[in-house]
Amino acid sequence: MLTLASVFAANSSSSNIFLQQIENGITLGAMYALVALGYTLVYGIIELINFAHGDIFMWGTVITFIVVQMMGLNHPLSGFALVGVLLLLIIIGMAVSAFLNAGLERVAYRRLRKAPRLAPLIAAIGASFILETIVQLWRGTNFYAFPDIFPHGGFTIFGARVNYLDIFIVVLAVAMMYGLARFINTTKLGRAMRATAQDPEAAALMGVNINRTISITFLIGGALAGAAAVVYNMYIGQVWYLTGFQLGLIAFTAAVLGGIGNIYGAVFGGFLIGLIQSLAIQFIPGGFQWSLAVVFAVLVLILVFRPSGLLGQQVPDKV
Amino acid sequence: MLELHNVNAGYGPSLVLHDVTVQVNKGEIVCLLGANAAGKTTTMKTIFGLVKPRSGSVTLEGERIDTVGTDGVIKRRLALVPEARRVFTRMSVRENLEMGAYMIDDRAAITQEMERVYTLFPRLKERDKQVAGTLSGGEQQMLAMGRALMAQPRLICMDEPSMGLSPILVQTVFDTIQRIREQGVTVFLVEQNAFMALNIADRGYVLQQGHIVLSDTAKNLLTNDLVRRAYLGG
Repeated sequence: MLTLASVFAANSSSSNIFLQQIENGITLGAMYALVALGYTLVYGIIELINFAHGDIFMWGTVITFIVVQMMGLNHPLSGFALVGVLLLLIIIGMAVSAFLNAGLERVAYRRLRKAPRLAPLIAAIGASFILETIVQLWRGTNFYAFPDIFPHGGFTIFGARVNYLDIFIVVLAVAMMYGLARFINTTKLGRAMRATAQDPEAAALMGVNINRTISITFLIGGALAGAAAVVYNMYIGQVWYLTGFQLGLIAFTAAVLGGIGNIYGAVFGGFLIGLIQSLAIQFIPGGFQWSLAVVFAVLVLILVFRPSGLLGQQVPDKV
Repeated sequence: MLELHNVNAGYGPSLVLHDVTVQVNKGEIVCLLGANAAGKTTTMKTIFGLVKPRSGSVTLEGERIDTVGTDGVIKRRLALVPEARRVFTRMSVRENLEMGAYMIDDRAAITQEMERVYTLFPRLKERDKQVAGTLSGGEQQMLAMGRALMAQPRLICMDEPSMGLSPILVQTVFDTIQRIREQGVTVFLVEQNAFMALNIADRGYVLQQGHIVLSDTAKNLLTNDLVRRAYLGG
């Protein structure tokens, strides 16, 4: 979290602190929302909290960092080079996290699908430790500086500094969310996913291949986390083997806050948590230490009054 | 057409079906009668690969289908109207019907089939865009039947389609089953409403505690002592 502090410190020197924190919160929230979607998609379809999802995200950050290192990039890019590198990193990040996530389902969760619900949950926690420990043994416990490859610069609007990177992050996230919503609502496969989420047995009776549909859900959830990983690297500028733990916890909170299983809830919750966190950092005395406490306090409060989240849960129908 | 041969099946340690043998011929309406927990739904689930038989076989026109998985069974154009309807409650009526046609790739065929379903159930057409969870029980039953018909099935299985419906709706359901048969679809029907079922069926089986205890023409079953005492109220 120290790294986040420096980002905020750098940004909040401009004139309108409130608007600045709103801007920071939206940027942060866009990334939280992308990761939260992975929790909510998986929960919606097999009622599993995929505790390893944060580490799936972390693997995206680590692998894309290694790619950037191997390419020897260490200064802001521009023009075609920038577009090409971003495209490459996003594709690699998405692929790594997507296949890792789907692989985890295939190897661990699928075998436990008919087991009592505690079993896959514990498997997910185990997978989380495994994914963290592999990176720890491989890369060590150091923070690595992510090379400064995105062009600096931006503009000031109503006293709030908006960096080009922030715009890129929000546009990318919103484009992905729009794509996801279109896919789920208008395609045959998306319809099969929704049907499986509501009633897997009835979906199977329509001819839906349930295993394949669940695999695709994990692929999509992982891919969104992988895309978030790439921009998170550039935003935070540091790569660490435990990054996924805290970010995963925040994104999970976002998913629950919005109503788990509900993709619109995850997006809403992601942005809301981003805003709450950045405003808490600024406006609560000693805010940095307290920002996570505030986030979770809001979660507790909302769940007391709206146990199914702000937009409502969407979980399988009970028969 | 469809044959269950000496099927033993169950869940976990408990065996529900004992040596169940049932045959459904092309063009027939065959009904399976039985009390609660006799194994009627398990029989349906076994046909559709949702329960694996421990021994015995399920064949469709001579080909074993108990090893092809649920999607394999659906691909062979069998459709099930499941117990308690199981419509997709958060989807619209139209989306439910489109789910029914999941195995059909030809858009024109899907559109045509949807027209036929809407002709059969005009009520559904009125509620085209409505979310299925807000339909009444009777409408949901129509939707479940329409959804099964969307798959252009050769054989349609129905698990207690009259359950929980008012007498008028029960009559509608049985009328519809006859119309479905007239369109050349074979029907295998599981029912507790023995009188209504036997009135439209050609043949029937009686299932008791997982055993087939009786099999005869529907006409004979209607006058059979055991059936009269156990299922027809005297």
